Amino acid sequence: MGMTMTQKILARAAGLDSVEAGQLIEAKLDLVLGNDITTPVAITEFEKAGFTRVFDKDKIAIVLDHYTPCKDIKSAQLCKQAREFAHNHSITNFFDVGQMGVEHALLPEKGLCAPGEVIIGADSHTCTYGALDAFSTGIGSTDMAAGMATGLAWFRVPSAIKVTLKGKLQPHVSGKDVILHLIGRIGVDGALYKSIEFAGEGVASLTMDDRFTISNMAIEAGGKNGIFPVDEKTMEYINGRVKRPCEAFQADPDAVYDSEVVIDLDTLEPTVAMPHLPENTRVVSEVAGLPIDQVVIGSCTNGRIQDMRIAAGIMKGKKVAANVRCVVIPATQEVYMQAMKEGLMEIFIQAGAAVSTPTCGPCLGGHMGCMAEGERAVSTTNRNFVGRMGHVESEIILASPAVAAASAIAGCVADPRA
Amino acid sequence: MKVYKYGANVDTDVIIPARHLNNPDPKALASHCMEDIDASFASTVEEGDIIVAGPNFGCGSSREHAPLAIKACGVKCVIAPSFARIFYRNAINIGFPIMECEQAAREINAGDQVSVDFATGIITDQTTGKTYQAAPFPEFINGIIQSGGLLSSLKARGVAK
Repeated sequence: MGMTMTQKILARAAGLDSVEAGQLIEAKLDLVLGNDITTPVAITEFEKAGFTRVFDKDKIAIVLDHYTPCKDIKSAQLCKQAREFAHNHSITNFFDVGQMGVEHALLPEKGLCAPGEVIIGADSHTCTYGALDAFSTGIGSTDMAAGMATGLAWFRVPSAIKVTLKGKLQPHVSGKDVILHLIGRIGVDGALYKSIEFAGEGVASLTMDDRFTISNMAIEAGGKNGIFPVDEKTMEYINGRVKRPCEAFQADPDAVYDSEVVIDLDTLEPTVAMPHLPENTRVVSEVAGLPIDQVVIGSCTNGRIQDMRIAAGIMKGKKVAANVRCVVIPATQEVYMQAMKEGLMEIFIQAGAAVSTPTCGPCLGGHMGCMAEGERAVSTTNRNFVGRMGHVESEIILASPAVAAASAIAGCVADPRA
Repeated sequence: MKVYKYGANVDTDVIIPARHLNNPDPKALASHCMEDIDASFASTVEEGDIIVAGPNFGCGSSREHAPLAIKACGVKCVIAPSFARIFYRNAINIGFPIMECEQAAREINAGDQVSVDFATGIITDQTTGKTYQAAPFPEFINGIIQSGGLLSSLKARGVAK
């Protein structure tokens, strides 16, 4: 029986010729990731269990990105614990303030994720690296501790949903609209325990930044991972970044899927997710005019250079509406530098937006843009759960950078094509 | 052993909001558990109580703080038709029992007195007299639970130093 991309990668990592959906396996890990919230819990468990050595100091990444630069004393204590562990175990890929970026934008940029690799991260958006044909998935702190100690993790081999992309995205429509549309169609548990495997001629028209955004939000449909096949754009992206040998895996022609969803990119419209679930999607024109108080442009979903370019293109020469606070957060130092070189930061600041050093901050209501009671944001982040960005009675509308930038200027939810 | 009942898609942001993740001490987490959907939960929950909820329980973040918070409240187990996959792993890995049972999750009411038998997977609603059979865990996962969690099972197998 044929295998999906995910099944082939897991079979190799488990040292098996083939695997099938539902099988429990133990896979060798190529990278174990944690951040400033999840790593301290993992360290405590690692030490409590009596482990003294990590399996490979080069295959662990610790990124202090959520509450950093530290928002309070307690978060500074967490960072200190992670920093000391990284130092004591000579962790090669430890990223502190000044070098760090939002983890899922940073790791691919640093060449730490490659096709065919198996990556676990104590952060649910670890599924981002599926854009590079890696099997990557979010796990918790105990799994991180076990991964750091053994280089192994257990998995139930997932069945798959095939998402076939046709056509080409139209102006002001991007990867965010694709993934919000998909979540709207299959629901927040539509891919529960499954992999989402992207295919079809439409894949070729998507930029790598589009693909990272799409894979990033596979978890928002309950998915274990969201994976793309390798093509020329993938190879161009990893060329110069990934310096070790790697192997791409394509799905077998007779691979078995639980179901198939077809998305026509030609007719896809800018899409938003209304409070309080990512599946509450609407075409933006249906909700245009809704008043807002804040716009956030950034995060592991949409803080890459393409996102900065799109937002700046819409905000150039314009002003953020008087009733709106707009916060722009390039996801990494590399994105920040590039945006500076291209004059994008000047556009944001002249428009009246606040520009921040890389951080996850507002996405999880951590800092850099918490909301008060009754306030509403348009945000390029990935979750709009109750209380996610602050007060329990604040609201988040998830959107693309184009919709977010247009909304910041208009002072209400706005269609970038209008 | 009274039941607290919640709907579908209870996410980890409401189980333990991110504003409290800067202190991972289980007791501190427990004091804020469920506060964004049920402000009285943390002050009224008692040792041995049970949470019954709709599908996709624990969706969202990978934060292990979520099952840790529920466990530290003294909750005996969570019963739901399905669990978000990271929450499912995390609960097993920290040795916190969860039970998948669609019918029990639908029929058991808030406030019912419920008992559970983890060995057999039988859930008994003492208020209505009905019994339910939860889906059994695969043997491998049962092994992790029996060992008291993932790290103890790894130590027992001698796979790490």
